Amino acid sequence: MTAIAILNGRLIDPAAGVDAAKDILFKDGRVAEIAGPDKLKNKNGAEILDASGLVIAPGLIDIHVHLREPGQGYKETIATGTAAAAAGGFTAVAAMPNTIPVNDSPEITRWMQSPERGASVRVFPIAAATRGSKGDALTDFAALKAAGAVAVTDDGKPILKDSVMRETLAAAARAGLTVIQHAEDTRLTQGASMNLGPVSFKLGLRGMPAEAESSLVERDIRLVAELRDAHPHLHVAHTSTAGALAAIRQARRNGLRVTCEVAPHHFLLTEEHVGFYNTHAKMNPPLRSPADRDAMIEGILDGVVDAIATDHAPHAMHEKEIEFENAPNGIIGLETSLGLCLRWLNNQWRMPLGRVLSLLSAQPAALLGLKGRGTLAVGSFADAVVFDPKAEWTYRATESLSKAKNTPFDGWTMQGKVRWTISEGRIAYAA
Amino acid sequence: MTPAAHAVRRPLLTPPVPASPFPYHPGSLLSITDLTVEDVSRLLARATELESEDPLLRDRVLAKRRIALLFYESSTRTRTSFELAAKALGADTTLISSLSSSIEKGESLKDTGLTLRALGAEAIILRHNSSGAPWLLEEATRLPVINAGDGMHQHPTQALLDLRTILAHLRRGIAEVGPESLTGVTITIVGDILHSRVARSNMLLLPRLGARVLLCGPKELLTRQAAAAGPGIAIERDFDSALRQSQIVMMLRIQAERLSGLQLDLDEYKAAYQLTGQRLAAHAPTAVVLHPGPIIRGLEITAGVADGPQSAILEQVTNGVAIRMAVVERALLAEAQRGPA
Repeated sequence: MTAIAILNGRLIDPAAGVDAAKDILFKDGRVAEIAGPDKLKNKNGAEILDASGLVIAPGLIDIHVHLREPGQGYKETIATGTAAAAAGGFTAVAAMPNTIPVNDSPEITRWMQSPERGASVRVFPIAAATRGSKGDALTDFAALKAAGAVAVTDDGKPILKDSVMRETLAAAARAGLTVIQHAEDTRLTQGASMNLGPVSFKLGLRGMPAEAESSLVERDIRLVAELRDAHPHLHVAHTSTAGALAAIRQARRNGLRVTCEVAPHHFLLTEEHVGFYNTHAKMNPPLRSPADRDAMIEGILDGVVDAIATDHAPHAMHEKEIEFENAPNGIIGLETSLGLCLRWLNNQWRMPLGRVLSLLSAQPAALLGLKGRGTLAVGSFADAVVFDPKAEWTYRATESLSKAKNTPFDGWTMQGKVRWTISEGRIAYAA
Repeated sequence: MTPAAHAVRRPLLTPPVPASPFPYHPGSLLSITDLTVEDVSRLLARATELESEDPLLRDRVLAKRRIALLFYESSTRTRTSFELAAKALGADTTLISSLSSSIEKGESLKDTGLTLRALGAEAIILRHNSSGAPWLLEEATRLPVINAGDGMHQHPTQALLDLRTILAHLRRGIAEVGPESLTGVTITIVGDILHSRVARSNMLLLPRLGARVLLCGPKELLTRQAAAAGPGIAIERDFDSALRQSQIVMMLRIQAERLSGLQLDLDEYKAAYQLTGQRLAAHAPTAVVLHPGPIIRGLEITAGVADGPQSAILEQVTNGVAIRMAVVERALLAEAQRGPA
């Protein structure tokens, strides 16, 4: 495998506490050497990338994406989804199990990671917690982990039964896996297509109350507390309500292993962005009230939020060009996450660049126990993103490498242009 | 902990809320809020003029223009009055209903709209069971679209014909309105507010003319969010108290087809919210009673009240034709009158 030397850049590696002018050498898929400017010893024969004026950071990690394979290749494939990931600076994505069939077996878990899928970056499957994600019988966590699964979840079909959730948390703790919950008490959200509030009333749409999320998070935390001695790890997916975040904050104070992620759309947009029935603003959990959105920003800035994750959810054009209440939930997000985080978290709200990058790499890697990722320390995987932190650009959905174009951020100004994405020592994307 | 406890302490700039996503056709009527008070006044004036015009002259206003009525829900009043209104202006109309068309075979609203446009439709009148469907149709076809009722959202021509009926009964002149035309007037809307597009359209129109709107109904059918829909709207759960304050009472049907699992005790409901002759005599002996129909006699209203001297229910129906003539005319002539958007 050829070597790559990235010269003249600013290396930011939050996990290693590095933010300095450094050259870096990748060899055999790993970080081989880091040295001050012009000080690399072993760069002879390496492909040289000139990163003058650019930031070199650990490759970004998105722990919540839907790649639609197996079963729905017309929406997205592992190849197209990971191509979009690479374009967005991501070198690893964790793929949700709501495929067809549901990824509840070691066979499908392995199938998703096979080189034949043509992935541009590393795919970490998240397996179903129950067979068929039906919420009844648990899957074989140890076998799934051995096949490469990094967590279990019934994402989109939350585990409502207390007994099943308790069993899931206990079994996952024994297997050393994280349990990810899409927190929604679906008994409170029948027929609803947006957040419950003044906007849903005005638009004549049935609403999902914030309590549908917060009450299930509270229930899950209660179960984690009961199982305290077994040290289960609960991760709350796409947190969207102030109530849920407050419960997570309190659980952490109580010493429980409860983590959470927030999606860019939930810290940027509100129910008002549904506008005139824009199906590109329809997702689950829905865009919430301004107070909820503000709570997400606050949680990110004060550190209770552990990761930014996009919930990249591609759909075919024709599926979104229908009546709002009939349209499927979800938006794509892999190519806009970095640009939105830099523009808003860093530039607008003054979160230090290193902390923003940590939420997009070091912290999600730690959360799912992805060894050798989320850092550029010598010996770790040669997963990196090289970007121009100052460059402003306009996102055009039509130019997306994803098969899908369903995004509310079409035409938005982004900050930070990806120049190269390097996945395990290979250039996965070059602008 | 309350959400406010974690609200951002310093004011942060956040992304702006989007404005209207595309320029509507100036002839479209998607929401009652698309109309300014001046627009409403103009439509009322035209309704009156067109109503009294010689039918042979009126016939030339939209002679041979092509209008499609696209109905995804059953309808008696709205469909017939739109059809009669369009025909009175000389237009050719065609009716497409979901049960006797390719909609049954799974054709999308977008494709149905594009097909109608290709067939020469110059405007589409849409009744649909999904809120917001008119936006989808307008975006796909860029034709003037008239919302004839979309899900739980709006029914703008119903609000206009209700307004004409109210003005006639208050003797305030039916051909012109301004921001104070209904000052001092209280209108109570009673019943299944949650599922009612008629309620939403009226509560967003009448306060802009100075009226106070009281919403009355049980918690299951009238959530507190309703009062935040706009200015001039308040909730009064006690029917008798609302009646005592009102010059106009608008009764609504319980929309059984939209209850989606909600269980209601109908005896309890009738005891609290049925408009009976006794209740009307005791609390609102001079109020005008409206109902957009269909009426379920013996449920929200007794037969005696529906047929009684205070009822203006059939006048509403008659006013529907006049109002819809003005709205259909606007759909096809607005562009010519206003110039390119």
